[in-house]
Amino acid sequence: MSELAIELKGIDKSFGVVHANRTIDLKVRKGTIHGIVGENGAGKSTLMSILYGFYQADRGDILIDGRKRDIRDPNAAIAAGIGMVHQHFMLVENFTVLENIMLGAEESQFLNAGIAKARAELRRLERDYALEVDPDAVIGELPVGLQQRVEILKALYRGADILILDEPTGVLTPAEADHLFRILEQLKTEGKTVVFITHKLREIMAITDEVSVMRRGKMVATRRTAETSVEELAELMVGRRVLLRVDKKDATPGDTKLSVRDLTVRDSRGVTMVDGVSFDIRAGEIVGIAGVAGNGQSELLETIAGMRRAASGTVTLSGRTIDVCGAADPSELRRRGLAHVPEDRHHAGLVLQFTESENAILGYHGDPKYRSGLLLDTQAIRAEAEAKIAAYDIRPPDPRLKTANFSGGNQQKIVLAREMERDPQVLIIGQPTRGVDVGAIEFIHRRIIEMRDQGKAVLLVSVELDEIRALSDRILVMFAGRIAGERTPAASEGEIGLLMAGVEDGGEAAQ
Amino acid sequence: MSVPHAKLPGWAEYGLIPLVNLAVAFLISGLVVLIVGESPLDAAYHMVNGAFGRGEYIGFTLYYTTTFIFTGLAVAVAFHCGLFNIGGEGQAYVGGIGVAVACLALDRTMPWYLVFPIATVGAAFFGAFWAFIPGWLQARRGSHIVITTIMFNFIAASLMNYLLNRVFKPLGSMSLETRTFEAGGQLPRLDWLMSIFGLDLGSAPFNVSFLLALLAAFAVWLLISRTRLGYEMRTMGFSPTAARYAGIGEARIIIVTMAISGALAGMTALNSIMGEQHRMQLDFVQGAGFVGIAVALMGRSHPAGIIPAALLFGVLYQGGAEIAFEMPAISRDMIVIIQGLVILFAGALEHMFRPAVTRLVLGLSPQGRDTAATRGA
Repeated sequence: MSELAIELKGIDKSFGVVHANRTIDLKVRKGTIHGIVGENGAGKSTLMSILYGFYQADRGDILIDGRKRDIRDPNAAIAAGIGMVHQHFMLVENFTVLENIMLGAEESQFLNAGIAKARAELRRLERDYALEVDPDAVIGELPVGLQQRVEILKALYRGADILILDEPTGVLTPAEADHLFRILEQLKTEGKTVVFITHKLREIMAITDEVSVMRRGKMVATRRTAETSVEELAELMVGRRVLLRVDKKDATPGDTKLSVRDLTVRDSRGVTMVDGVSFDIRAGEIVGIAGVAGNGQSELLETIAGMRRAASGTVTLSGRTIDVCGAADPSELRRRGLAHVPEDRHHAGLVLQFTESENAILGYHGDPKYRSGLLLDTQAIRAEAEAKIAAYDIRPPDPRLKTANFSGGNQQKIVLAREMERDPQVLIIGQPTRGVDVGAIEFIHRRIIEMRDQGKAVLLVSVELDEIRALSDRILVMFAGRIAGERTPAASEGEIGLLMAGVEDGGEAAQ
Repeated sequence: MSVPHAKLPGWAEYGLIPLVNLAVAFLISGLVVLIVGESPLDAAYHMVNGAFGRGEYIGFTLYYTTTFIFTGLAVAVAFHCGLFNIGGEGQAYVGGIGVAVACLALDRTMPWYLVFPIATVGAAFFGAFWAFIPGWLQARRGSHIVITTIMFNFIAASLMNYLLNRVFKPLGSMSLETRTFEAGGQLPRLDWLMSIFGLDLGSAPFNVSFLLALLAAFAVWLLISRTRLGYEMRTMGFSPTAARYAGIGEARIIIVTMAISGALAGMTALNSIMGEQHRMQLDFVQGAGFVGIAVALMGRSHPAGIIPAALLFGVLYQGGAEIAFEMPAISRDMIVIIQGLVILFAGALEHMFRPAVTRLVLGLSPQGRDTAATRGA
């Protein structure tokens, strides 16, 4: 038996011209929790996909338990004792827990024997690892945290000794994340090996034994977690010193700019996503909306921006009502001083196939200053795009480059430049730093604070609680479509976490 | 992270890949010819000679090209908005009403150069109307445009059958067609253009609607890449969510795009009705609306690609007719097989050779590597 559960030697992988992994060496000791951190595009997911058999490495060896393995596909990975819990769950929503766990491991054409065996095995796993789930519950009806538990059970059922978790806490409340960490500790004491991929450094510090840092396709360092710090890891990830704290003065709020009253929004199936929400935002303040993804924040944002119709309620922008239940038109709202940085920049905020300069006018393309006669004034559009590229340090500085070829951070800057440079009264921003590298996060946070200091009213929605706490002057927590409570940024994470989990003021659970 | 999609330099994307697809299509066509016991080389000779051998042949080739430019543009405009308009056939057919009415009413009193613009507007109007209905149904009622436009081809066929029988057919005539137009309803042929190159047009019906087709191609390029409407259409085509975010009315843009697409398809009728037959006959479109889909795919929906693609299909039509005439073992149906193979490889399987070509181009040329890394295609 080898001391090492996983050893990667000189793994190299290119996609066309993109060199995703450059001669990577990695050693994961048996029975430990090993973190892998890096910015988006650093090559973490590619490396894990090679380990799990989704891709083949161009060069290099994979050793599992000291033996060289040829992992051609996920089946080979499972046979080698590797299990993976994906960021986006691979579960059939309308199957039960048991059916999902058996899926792909049915063993015979008739299911009866398999079901009995799976049920017995599941009971054993639950007992050994304290992973309680009702085997007959339908997946779609389970909360996200439990769905993730099913993914872990699925891997264990297939005999995994090594568990890879890809960004597992992105969809969890702080309490659910804590529970996950306890499960991982339990797995460790039972002798399993856990590889934990994340970009949240605090989680690395909380749970891992060792941590490896990737940057631009290279493995730049491996540290014992006890011997490193968040600051050092951040610096290793980015390659330079990073300011993790946002400095800001106290807010000096002015008049109310955006006022939301009893807003109710239903989705296409008629399910209530936003349930009687009311709040005000004044000039010169940032109001952050915290909450686990899927609790109505997206719908709230889209409704205020005119992309979605409300069922009832009113929204007032700079003293004038917006017809949110009827014909609210995003272009009209833009003219009235509402700028919107959408949560999903790939599908809403940008057209990836467009050039940079074409995206720099998206939503404002009807402005007469971009027109000459019947045609669009390409020169004026390009000149303005170049000015924004300079002001926001967008790289590469080429307005004719296709937007898909920019990095996530630069794409986000394209959107921010477009929305902020219009001198709006109200700025609503969703997930400002999702998929954005650490270096750009600093810049984006600074810009948002600047907007506030210029007297804009800012509504900020983010699933990153740290971001909400760092930027906001007031924090509203959404749960199940309702405002569960309001806190100041000074409130503890535990306090806000309780609200995110639906425990409303007064200590009673909302559900 | 997602797998990066390697980008090709422009010459490979728009030149090499279509050429490879075409070569494979012709190679397999050659095998088919071989199987029926004829020489593929002879067939190739007759194809080229039949399309370009004489001024008259070239005239026929360009006559077909004109038709395919119109239908190709029609499909391409809809593509840019993410709509698959399969109804070019029916829109061109119904567009014939506009041409026929204008010519029947005015051919005795007005010269062609006055009738022509009126007939053009008429053709565009009726074609647009025939595409507007499916557009409206998709925008307001959610009926999928692929289904409705196919159905509207059938409705158009029945409608035209009825109209030719009950409305347009002169009294006492047995054939389903209008009367033959007088001078005002006949477009002049482009003898002068051919004679610049020292060619004799002979009896080929190559006429001024070719120039209108070129003009339309330029107008479509302007529309797509230089106007606000084109910007909105492309936004919609690439990302409906981004269109909603940008405040672009989904219903409006779908309806307007379909109307423009239908108008272009409708103008196809000018070439055959006013340019060749000088009357409207039953089923005068003869599948050109469907060929337009292949032309648009092969031309990458760009007018600069559509014109050569239309020319290719003009060659296939005219050269193919010549093969069928010269080589009795090769029937008319064989020609359809060859055309089908070109459509198959250029349209349906257009990405089949892309990975291999990408590897070749990016692997061989260091310059291609740079281009791909910094610029994309």
